[in-house]
Amino acid sequence: MNGMLAVLRRELYSYFITPVAYVFLVIFLVLAGVLTFYAGGFYERQLADLQPFFDMHPWLYLVLVPAVAMPMWAEESKSGTLELLLTLPVSLTQAMLGKFLAAWLFIGVALVLTFPIWITVNYLGNPDNGVILAGYLGSWLMAGAYLAIGACMSAATRSQIIAFVMTAAVCFLLLLAGQPQVLDFFQEAISPRWLNAIGHLSISRHADAIARGVLDLRDLLYFVASIVGWLTAGVLLLDWKRIR
Amino acid sequence: MIQTELLTRCYGLLTAVDALSLRAEPGQVLGLLGPNGAGKSTAMRMIAGFLAPTSGTALVCGHDIRKEPLKAKRALGYLPEGAPSYDEMTVREFLEFIARIRGLGADVAHRRFDEVIARLQLEEVLEQSIGTLSKGLRRRVGLAQAILHDPPVLMLDEPTDGLDPNQKQAVRSLIDAMARERTILISTHLLEEVHALCNRVAIIANGRLLADATPAELEQRSRYHGAVSFSAAGSDVSRQMLERLPQVAAVEVDPLDGRVTVFPRPGQPILDEVLALLRTQGLEVSEIQLERGRLDEVFRQITTSPNLGGRA
Repeated sequence: MNGMLAVLRRELYSYFITPVAYVFLVIFLVLAGVLTFYAGGFYERQLADLQPFFDMHPWLYLVLVPAVAMPMWAEESKSGTLELLLTLPVSLTQAMLGKFLAAWLFIGVALVLTFPIWITVNYLGNPDNGVILAGYLGSWLMAGAYLAIGACMSAATRSQIIAFVMTAAVCFLLLLAGQPQVLDFFQEAISPRWLNAIGHLSISRHADAIARGVLDLRDLLYFVASIVGWLTAGVLLLDWKRIR
Repeated sequence: MIQTELLTRCYGLLTAVDALSLRAEPGQVLGLLGPNGAGKSTAMRMIAGFLAPTSGTALVCGHDIRKEPLKAKRALGYLPEGAPSYDEMTVREFLEFIARIRGLGADVAHRRFDEVIARLQLEEVLEQSIGTLSKGLRRRVGLAQAILHDPPVLMLDEPTDGLDPNQKQAVRSLIDAMARERTILISTHLLEEVHALCNRVAIIANGRLLADATPAELEQRSRYHGAVSFSAAGSDVSRQMLERLPQVAAVEVDPLDGRVTVFPRPGQPILDEVLALLRTQGLEVSEIQLERGRLDEVFRQITTSPNLGGRA
C-alpha cells in the first residue's frame, strides 16, 4: 500500500512538474470545446444536454490518452530507472496500480476542468444534471479503459512513440469494431452470433449509452473488466521481461 | 548476509552467469572482479530482484529472492550501474520518494535523511533537480538512495566508475566506514579498488567463479610475490651472479630503465641473499623493493586461461 501510494504521488508530481501536463490540459480543453460546438452541433440541436460533448470523447481520447500513457513504463526502461523501481520493495502490481491511478486522476482533473460547458448548458436551459454526472463518470471510466491499454503497450516497449502508436491503433480498432459500417461489411463472412460478440467487444457500443447518460451495469462491467484485463496483461508482460 | 546458490542466468543461448555460488558475511566487503561482460552486473541484478534467475537462487539476510522478494529487497540497499534516478526530481524530493516507498516512519525518515545528506555532502544541491547534477554528484545521490534505510546488506555496482580521484577517495572512505557491521558486495574492474576496499575477492569471467580469496592470497599466486627489484648503476655485471644464487628462478632487466627484478623459486625468501650479494659487489643501489605480488598479473592469468573460450 505504501509502495503504491509512493509511486502514485511520484507520478502525479512528475506530470505537473513538466510543461507537458499543461500543454495536454490546454489541448484537451480546446478540442473538447471546439468539437462539441462545431462537430457536435451543440447549438443547432436546441436541446439542453451534453450528449454532443460526450459523443466526442471516444475520439478525443483516441489521441490524447495514449499521449498520457506512453511514458508510463517506456520512459523508465529507457532511462534505466526501471532497475531502481523494481529493486525497491514494491511489487509489480503495486507499481502498475500506482502509475495507472496517477494517470487516471490526471485525466479526471482534465475532465473536471471542462466544467464551463456544464455551466453553459445550465445557463441556456434546464438539463438533467443527474444525466450529466452519469455521463462524466462513464466518460472517466472509458478513459480508464484507454489508459489501461496504454499502460500495457508502454510496458511492452522502450520507445514512447511506439507505445503511442500501438495504443492508438488498438483503441481505434476497438472503436471501429462496433461501427455499423464495419459490422455490415462482415455480415456475409461471419455468423450473426460472432458479429454480435465483436460488437459487444467494441468501445463505441458501450460509449453510446454513456453519452446518453445511461450507466448500465453491463457497460460498467465492460470498462472495469477492460481496465483489470489490460493492467494484468501489462504486469505479466513486465514480469515476462524479467525472466526473458 | 548474501548467499547465492548455483545462480544462473541465460540470455537465449548465451549463459551470462553460470552456477555462481558465493557467500558474504557481515563485516565483509566482497569485491566481484571481472572483465567487462563477465556477468558481474547480471549477477547483481538477479540478487537485487531486477532480473529473474534462469535457475538457482540467492538469499539476502536469509530471505530467498524467489520466495520472499519484498523482504529481500527491504534488507538490501542497491546502487545500480550508472546510478539511475529520476532526472526531473530534486535531490530532496527523490530521497523523500525513496523514504516513502521504503515505508520509513516520519521521524526515522527525518533522522536518516539528515545523516545521509551530511555523510554524502549533498546539502548544497538539495533543491537542484538531479538532471542538472554532475556525474559525481549523481553517483552520490544514488549512494544516498541506497543507504537511506540503513540496510544490513549493501550492493554497489561499480560505485566509483567515472569519478575523479578525489570523489573515488570519498566514496571509498564512505564504504569503509559502513563496512563494520554490514555485508557489502561491490563490483568493479579496477584492481586498485580491490586493494583499497575489499577483504575478499571473487574473480569471475564468462559468468563463472574462477577464484574466491583474500587480496593477499591472490597476490601470493603472482610470480612477483616475494620478488626483489632494484635500480643500480652497473647492474649488467651482477645479473649472472644473481642467476647463480640457488633460490633464484629468473632475473629480468627492464630494457627501458635498467631496473632489475629477481624472481624467487616458489616459497624461497631471497631478499637477504640479494642484499648480501649487492653489498659484496659494492653496487650503488639507488632503490630496492620487495614485491608483494601483482594483482593485475594474477587477474590476467586467471581470466585469460585457455580453457575459458573466446568471450571476455
